[in-house]
Amino acid sequence: MKLRKAAAASAAVLALAVTATACGSSDKNDSGSSSSGGGKIKIGIKYDQPGLGLQQPDGSFAGFDVDVATYVAKQLGYKPSQIQFIQTKSADRENALARGDVKFIAATYSITDERKQKVDFAGPYLLAHQDLLVKSDSNISKGTDLNGKKLCSVTGSTSAQNVQKTIAPKAQLRELSGYSECIAALQSGAVDAVTTDDSILAGFAAQDKYKGQFKLAGLKLSNENYGIGVKKGDTATVNKINTALEKMVSDGSWQKAVDKNFAPAHYKYEQAPKIGVIVK
Amino acid sequence: MFDFLQGYDVLGAFWMTVKLTVFSALGSLVLGTLLAAMRVSPVPLMRGFGTAYVNIVRNIPLTVIIVFSSLGLADIFGVTMGASDDFKLQGFRLAVLSLVGYHAAFVCEALRSGINTVPVGQAEAARAIGLSFSQTLRLVVLPQAFRSVIVPLANVLIALTKNTTVAAAIGVAEAASLMKTMIENEAQTVLIAAVFAFGFVVLTLPTGLILGWLGKRLAVKR
Repeated sequence: MKLRKAAAASAAVLALAVTATACGSSDKNDSGSSSSGGGKIKIGIKYDQPGLGLQQPDGSFAGFDVDVATYVAKQLGYKPSQIQFIQTKSADRENALARGDVKFIAATYSITDERKQKVDFAGPYLLAHQDLLVKSDSNISKGTDLNGKKLCSVTGSTSAQNVQKTIAPKAQLRELSGYSECIAALQSGAVDAVTTDDSILAGFAAQDKYKGQFKLAGLKLSNENYGIGVKKGDTATVNKINTALEKMVSDGSWQKAVDKNFAPAHYKYEQAPKIGVIVK
Repeated sequence: MFDFLQGYDVLGAFWMTVKLTVFSALGSLVLGTLLAAMRVSPVPLMRGFGTAYVNIVRNIPLTVIIVFSSLGLADIFGVTMGASDDFKLQGFRLAVLSLVGYHAAFVCEALRSGINTVPVGQAEAARAIGLSFSQTLRLVVLPQAFRSVIVPLANVLIALTKNTTVAAAIGVAEAASLMKTMIENEAQTVLIAAVFAFGFVVLTLPTGLILGWLGKRLAVKR
């Protein structure tokens, strides 16, 4: 009897917990009028990706995504001092937009069909490709060189799945919790290559502590169209951001941002993509 | 509503969780019992080692232990558990090793509290009829101690079941790592998290209920 009561009680608690998490999105009144004078704008970025979105020791942020976000916010009528950057990890991005925690997200956010059902995308503003980071003296030059080699990527990431499914199913794939750990394994020789988007790898390779140790293999293993995520149905904001991105490319700011963030890594980046053109 | 589950081996991932749990539970029960015996033994060196082990290991986060087992033990010191070129197997074995080492400290402490419930007269009587220290422990004290700590040990087992998710950090393909994969692909965070939370409840709830009932049945009535 006691058993049954306990089980019933816990089932009730579980049901409550699930509904509580599922319905945890309160309708925040989003006062997102673009011509706001004194308001703040919240933007989601990554905090841990050098070259794209990285928190500096002094608390400020640097990287290509950050520069794009700052430029777009300026076009929407916000000064840099009015921007509040919020960390949106990969798994939180859709929810952060749905809940209205952030106005938009610029965080290596690849446009995919699954994600399009949940959020709207402006852009793309950068075309990246899955690539390999190898030691400077490595002779890996094409995807098939990888079978039998040891690769590292982040648990659950699209890059890791691509390796297992298509690029090199016979490769030994090691999955760790972050790219920093993978780079440590590459440095100690425990793996032969680290794989993810070339833009992210370039950022890591350009860090002072790794200067000259690694290079990009230059394989275009996939197309990652980085877009700016916006709450589903907020077409007005999407259009404004698209206009801002077009302006960023035409007035040379895009080129400046790319040069500033990727130059040290010798990263052969793609030319600025056309708005709305998604390379499959 | 749950169509995002298609194409994923959720049961397989949970099977990996179960395997990690079972191996680690058995290992930590053995090692924890040994540690508990050390901590109550008359030999100062053994007592010192047991105490030091428990206090050090208990205070290091499990994530640190597991990540170190992969990046430190395996990569730098070459401790690959006999699987140097099979990352899947290596990850699994290193995860079990870390989970055993970590949870043994908790098992040891639970058991030691059980040893303290056995009246001193029992041990004195055992000594009086000429049993050695290890016989006293094996035949008189530990059997009574175990019976009184089934519920705290069940707590450790439930914690262990959930702690296996940390093994995702070194690429063991268990439930949490599949959850990461699914969230990456499906953009259905809340539902996916709920499914996996439910899966863990299915694993741990019966454990707690059955062992709680067993603990009541077996407790030594004094």
